[in-house]
Amino acid sequence: MAFNVMEHDMVPEHHLLSEKEADGVLAELRVGREQLPKIKSGDPAIRFLEEVVGEPIAEGRVIKVVRLSATAGVFVAYRVVVER
Amino acid sequence: MMPTPLHGVSKRIQALRFGLLSPDEIRRMSATKIITADTYDDDGFPIDMGLMDLHMGVIEPGLRCKTCGGRVDDCPGHFGHIDLAMPVIHVGYIKEIKTLLQSTCRACGRLLLSREEKQEYLDEMRKSDALAAGGESPRTMEITKQAARDAMKRQVCPHCKADQMKITLDKPTTFREDGHKLTPKEVRERLERMPDEDLRPLGINPDVARPEWMILTVLSVPPVTVRPSITLESGDRSEDDLTHKLVDVLRINQRLRENRDAGAPQLIVEDLWELLQYHVTTYYDNQTSGIPPARHRSGRPLKTLVQRLKGKEGRFRSNLSGKRVNFSARTVISPDPLISINEVGIPYQAARELTVPVHVQAYNQEIVKEWVIRGPKPTGENGEYIPGVNYIIRPDGRRIRVTDKNAETVADAVELGYVVERQLVDGDIVLFNRQPSLHRMSIMAHQVRVMAGKTFRLNLAVCPPYNADFDGDEMNLHVLQSEEARAEAKILMKVQEHILSPRFGGPVIGAIHDHITGAFLMTYKDARFTRDETSYLLSMVGRAGLPKPDMKADGQSYWSGKLLFSTILPEDLTVTFRASIGSRGDEEDAVVRIEKGKIREGVMDENAIGAFKGKLVDRIARDYGTERARQFIDDATRFAIATIMLRGFTTGIDDEDIPQEAKDEIAEVLERAMEEVAGLVEAYKGGELEQMPGRSLEETLEVEAMKKLGRSRDDAGEIASRHLGVENSAVIMARSGARGSMLNLSQMAGSIGQQAVRGERISRGYWKRTLPHFQPEDLGAEAKGFVRSSYKSGLNPTEYFFHSMGGREGLVDTAVRTSRSGYMQRRLINVLEDLKVMEDRTVRNTAKTIIQFRFGEDGVDPMRSIGGEAVDLDDILTGVLGPEALSGAQGAGHAVAGYGAQEKDMVVELEDDSAALSDDAED
Ligand SMILES: [Mg+2]
Ligand SMILES: [Zn+2]
Ligand SMILES: [Zn+2]
Repeated sequence: MAFNVMEHDMVPEHHLLSEKEADGVLAELRVGREQLPKIKSGDPAIRFLEEVVGEPIAEGRVIKVVRLSATAGVFVAYRVVVER
Repeated sequence: MMPTPLHGVSKRIQALRFGLLSPDEIRRMSATKIITADTYDDDGFPIDMGLMDLHMGVIEPGLRCKTCGGRVDDCPGHFGHIDLAMPVIHVGYIKEIKTLLQSTCRACGRLLLSREEKQEYLDEMRKSDALAAGGESPRTMEITKQAARDAMKRQVCPHCKADQMKITLDKPTTFREDGHKLTPKEVRERLERMPDEDLRPLGINPDVARPEWMILTVLSVPPVTVRPSITLESGDRSEDDLTHKLVDVLRINQRLRENRDAGAPQLIVEDLWELLQYHVTTYYDNQTSGIPPARHRSGRPLKTLVQRLKGKEGRFRSNLSGKRVNFSARTVISPDPLISINEVGIPYQAARELTVPVHVQAYNQEIVKEWVIRGPKPTGENGEYIPGVNYIIRPDGRRIRVTDKNAETVADAVELGYVVERQLVDGDIVLFNRQPSLHRMSIMAHQVRVMAGKTFRLNLAVCPPYNADFDGDEMNLHVLQSEEARAEAKILMKVQEHILSPRFGGPVIGAIHDHITGAFLMTYKDARFTRDETSYLLSMVGRAGLPKPDMKADGQSYWSGKLLFSTILPEDLTVTFRASIGSRGDEEDAVVRIEKGKIREGVMDENAIGAFKGKLVDRIARDYGTERARQFIDDATRFAIATIMLRGFTTGIDDEDIPQEAKDEIAEVLERAMEEVAGLVEAYKGGELEQMPGRSLEETLEVEAMKKLGRSRDDAGEIASRHLGVENSAVIMARSGARGSMLNLSQMAGSIGQQAVRGERISRGYWKRTLPHFQPEDLGAEAKGFVRSSYKSGLNPTEYFFHSMGGREGLVDTAVRTSRSGYMQRRLINVLEDLKVMEDRTVRNTAKTIIQFRFGEDGVDPMRSIGGEAVDLDDILTGVLGPEALSGAQGAGHAVAGYGAQEKDMVVELEDDSAALSDDAED
């Protein structure tokens, strides 16, 4: 990895949810995976996470994004991984 | 992995394909063949196989369609067809036909390109299409055009070696080959010979568009529903222009067939053939250049197919992009401070035309009958307006116009299930709109007040959201036609529901101009009113009885303006804020302190009741509800108007009069500044100017000169305003926030100051100088756009010129800004229009896909926010701890922070209260 984008100030935290956690989130939001915003599997953040977990992240996995928000302080969003 | 969307609503258009209708297809979709030009028989019944054949749909109630069996509203209409005796050219494809003829061989019908060339073009097209995902790229069209150009250049056929001849087009539809006429039949035969695979390089898909289909052998006839006949009041039928044209086509077609079959001379047949071509051409486009348009007997040109679609009056611009609606009105607007902000004044003429449908029920049957008996133009004993009835609608949908003559008989017929269209009456809910409709406050619901005059009347406090003034502005009005619409408008769209703006969480409706002046005059310092004046003022807001007088002078009792104004405040209102006049300095009344609904000190000005800045409007709307806020704005308006009329108020050029000493003083200040600039220039030229860090010598000079001249303008203004007393009308308006600023005044009385283009002193124009009036390289104040004169004293010619340059830049900027921001806003609207906040507070699109997990991330409705913030800490703290919680008025004057929060704001830190408070207080 030439440059770790996750260390950049403007890049929010990305967390890979376990399937169980993901199902919990989906149940709480009452949505299917296809209704979540998307993130491409080729995204640098995903590639970083793949390095962290040590295996490829499959399409359909759910990513939790935690970022600073101008209005809400800290804001949590979710994204589903899609093919690149 | 990705399953199809759960709700199955989301579909994407991948590509559009255009094709031609083949003669077969036209016959297949035809419900009947049409052979006779007659329309109706003697009984007025549609003739079989005529142009009004019942197979093509019905336009008369009572009849049934012979194709689908439907009645007027159920049958969508069906196409018919006319078999043409001889083929004719479709004008719409004339360009394509020309290209095809010119690029194909006259002998073998092949495209005039070799096999290799053709393959080259096809490969290129495939490549460019591959780049445009899923569709055809615009580049592909370029390639097909190039292929056609190449083929047209060929003199000899690469396949059969036949020599090609020159093909020309005579005005609308006649082709010639080396001067010899080509009949449509010959043209068609040539196009028929083109092999399918030769069409692809030209961008034609032979599966859906064979070129010979551009030459018509069958004419498709549109359903009667597309060209309905209308029955005139005299009982005569009047046919649609399209029907007229089709009648012409049928007649000539018939004669042509007869003559041809009878073996008539070639000349006669050709003439008729050309006539048929003329009729078919004008049937499609009656403005084809090169032929006279077909006309009515009256001389009016017929409106045929192309005319229906094209132009401002065409289907696209007038029916699809924009629609006209009934039950609407438009006229000039004018002000009426005595009606409520919720109301709109409507002229009698408009009220008589605009109607509300009333459904006749058991409970209202009698009264509705009464209305109908009154007729369409009832008046009271003194000629006053009484609502009448224009139409009644029977349960079968028939409308009957109510006239003075038939009113009584029509009223007798009215019974349950009828609908009566009643004219407007006071209290009806209507929508009021002013273009450009840029935000939701551009259309609001008002209550009707029918009144004399010919303009719409509105309260001045609603001018800001509409951005209306009365220099000839016109507005639109729409009368709601259903209970649901009225309920929705009343709850969501009423003016009072829009006092607070969703844009910045503050009021957009409130006092402007004279209302602010009036409130200022009423409440400034010891403004007082006599018994008579007090009665008049209180009567304006509908208060009976006088309060106890609170002032005494010369043995007379007086009522203070502050006392009177307090009568319209909520009784338990306690608030402190800084008045507009107190934005700097700490003079009397600069801080407004209201305790338990009584004004203790402070003047009511823009910061109290103004649109955008009115703290009281804001507070009352938030804490006491929209109805109370409406009441407050209405009352404040009336008080202000009454006060300003009692006292009188005017402004004129003499408001900017200043004594000679002041003028001398200003002249001296300006003179000195200009000399200083001259000194700077000298120092610059002598190389003695000290360079500022990070700037060139030239920039240093410019910055220093701008600073000096700017300061001198301020000084001049300062001197001028010292001599403009607080009693000065212009000063009152500027300080109370009613209109104008102290800068405007100092520019009128003191000096206009430096003119700038692109933020710099003026430097463009002649070689090394701005105007020929100056020496080259003159960098002094006058030569670079400093205007020392005031607006009142007038400008000298060079000053005037520089001032125009600065002014022009301002005009261009606004013009550019509006068009650009308009386009940006439209794109935003198109992107966001069908997103909505769901019950679970997520923002989703029509496919129910999540766009935002919480609206605005904090879930706060900006209209109910406090200047963009979710909670007003100052307000809560004063509420709990009392006014001392904040250090005086400064805390209450807390600036609107909006969404401009920074990262430090995102971290919640627990500190002791006093520290947090003082931090806030400094904002
Ligand atoms: Mg105007
Ligand atoms: Zn039908
Ligand atoms: Zn040939």
